[in-house]
Amino acid sequence: MSERKQAVLERGNRTVRVPVLARVEGEGGLHIRVKDGKVAQVRLDIFEPPRFFEAFMRGRPYSDAPDFTARICGICPVAYQMSAVHAIERAFGITPEPAVRALRRLLYCGEWIESHALHVYMLHAPDFLGYESGLHLAKDHGEIVARGLRLKKIGNSLVTCVGGREIHPISAKVGGFWRMPPRAELLRLVEDLKWARDAAIETVRWVAGFEFPDFERDYEFVALRHPDEYPLCEGRVVSSAGIDIDPADYERTFVEEHVHHSNALHSHIVGRAGYFVGPLARYSLNADRLSPIAKQAATEAKLGTECRNPFRSIIVRAVETVWAVDEALRIIESYEPCDPPAAPVAPHAGRGCAVTEAPRGILYHRYDLAPDGTIEASRIVPPTAQNLGTVERDLAAFVGSNLSLDTEKLTWKCEQAVRNYDPCISCATHFLKLDLRRE
Amino acid sequence: MKPRRKPTLAVWKFASCDGCQLSILDCEDELLAVAGVVDVANFPEASRAVKRGPYDLSLVEGSITTPHDAERIHQIRRASRVLVTIGACATSGGLQALRNFANVAEWIPVVYASPEVIHTLGTSTPISAHVKVDYELRGCPVDKKQLLEVVNAFVLGRRPVLPSHSVCLDCKARGTACVTVARGVPCLGPVTHTGCGALCPAYGRGCFGCFGPIKEPATPALGEVLRRHGWSDARIAQAYRAYNAGAGAFRQAGDVHERA
Repeated sequence: MSERKQAVLERGNRTVRVPVLARVEGEGGLHIRVKDGKVAQVRLDIFEPPRFFEAFMRGRPYSDAPDFTARICGICPVAYQMSAVHAIERAFGITPEPAVRALRRLLYCGEWIESHALHVYMLHAPDFLGYESGLHLAKDHGEIVARGLRLKKIGNSLVTCVGGREIHPISAKVGGFWRMPPRAELLRLVEDLKWARDAAIETVRWVAGFEFPDFERDYEFVALRHPDEYPLCEGRVVSSAGIDIDPADYERTFVEEHVHHSNALHSHIVGRAGYFVGPLARYSLNADRLSPIAKQAATEAKLGTECRNPFRSIIVRAVETVWAVDEALRIIESYEPCDPPAAPVAPHAGRGCAVTEAPRGILYHRYDLAPDGTIEASRIVPPTAQNLGTVERDLAAFVGSNLSLDTEKLTWKCEQAVRNYDPCISCATHFLKLDLRRE
Repeated sequence: MKPRRKPTLAVWKFASCDGCQLSILDCEDELLAVAGVVDVANFPEASRAVKRGPYDLSLVEGSITTPHDAERIHQIRRASRVLVTIGACATSGGLQALRNFANVAEWIPVVYASPEVIHTLGTSTPISAHVKVDYELRGCPVDKKQLLEVVNAFVLGRRPVLPSHSVCLDCKARGTACVTVARGVPCLGPVTHTGCGALCPAYGRGCFGCFGPIKEPATPALGEVLRRHGWSDARIAQAYRAYNAGAGAFRQAGDVHERA
């Protein structure tokens, strides 16, 4: 280290810069400035360009919404499709058949499995074990990575079986599905899913053995809560500080502001600070709704009924994977398709809102529809946008208590702290148009 | 004998949903094998390790929508021996190319509180509008088997061998009864490039064109058929103004029906 650099370090002035954050979906960077031994500035730069979805959906038929909004995110297209169909069905007063409801949950389980397996094995675990990527990890731990990839593949084959293909599946529509797979097609997945359940339990054991920084903050957790299920598509929006609202009241409770260094908006609760969505929030608010097998995995991993250390989110993702596989098996066991596969749709003017649980947290959609079902306005609030402010505050707290680390190590730890949220920056950015329209 | 140097692979992102580069990670059975024959030198979605160029093969996802990206693609071209675009955004501008029909340029100073902070162009354009592209892989998203074929081909130093017929032919091959003829469902299959395996018609819905136009598509003839099945010209124009709105033949067909 040069003398000058050393002197700067001793004065406690330095900058942690990550020009391009790796192992996240989309484009972001990180900028942290430390002055006189204190954190002076934390900026999560979002330079993913805006794509104006809400703008170009105006004037399109309601039926375009599920397929269009899927293109906001290639990692969680099912989440977008599910929030879209539920919101529009609420506007039109459609209650889908129980078989449709079950198949939607199954499709969503597939997405949770593939998304969580990808994050746990390929994006997040390498940080804990000191590898640059899942590919580097595979050189030393080939069998473990192969297990993760097979788990991910089984999630994808579930999405493909129900939705037609793994990325931007094509079968979901307002009212139900274009096609419901016959029972036999789903039964073919059962053997793989049974393997996946064991593999997911092994995954929990594996990640629970990692070393975790001693880091907790007093978050306000926000997630869906359903009377008797671990939440996916339905329920009320609740928080650890007492919020308990219908999704239709979302915009009265949560507001966004435009932050200058970002192409995304930051969310906060009216009159309060930022909040936390995603696996940690979902688990902490719904641990009692997990299936017995998933509960047991959580107990073995010593998760408790609440988890406030974001670095441990990797364990929660693994537990949720156990649950999603278990739930998929449960759904398949009693599944029978219905005919027709979709309820008839009679468009009329109205507004519909829905919140569903994307792998990364709650995803809000609202549509204002004309009498013929044309989209007049829409609003989409993705999970990562809701977490951005919280990520920045995590970084400020984490850097503040880890200034003894050298810059290289601190930089990597900060990247890891961002990846705790499995951020999807493509999602977070799509909706800048919204900010514009209100001005 | 000296071992041959592994070719270097770089993956780049512009305006997109990340789905096409995710297709690489979705090659669960082949991923580790691919990583064995190519040197993954720059792939931020997968790895924090970045090697300096030049790169033997660059896969480019996403469309050009900002002045900065319009510059960046030239740097990437200069650093790439072979440059392949992956997916509808990179190949035709993607869904976000719908802005090309909306005169966004006029909105910018009106709608942005701080136009100096956020830079965006009035258009979303494909990579080929900016630099020379060696091969274009279509699809929203790309098909992962086609993606593997492209990577394989360039590693072996040959052209990819991929079909270019219409989705219509895939339905025949797959034994799917024509959704338009049998059930009156409007379908873009006759003018849309193969790649998905005629997925939507197999699910009882019309093709919505996510692989873009075939060469010399008979859009006027299809327009007649779609009208006969109850679609207005405005609705037909809307069908072309979607995932590949910026692709030449779809753009023109959209214009024709919009004016009709």
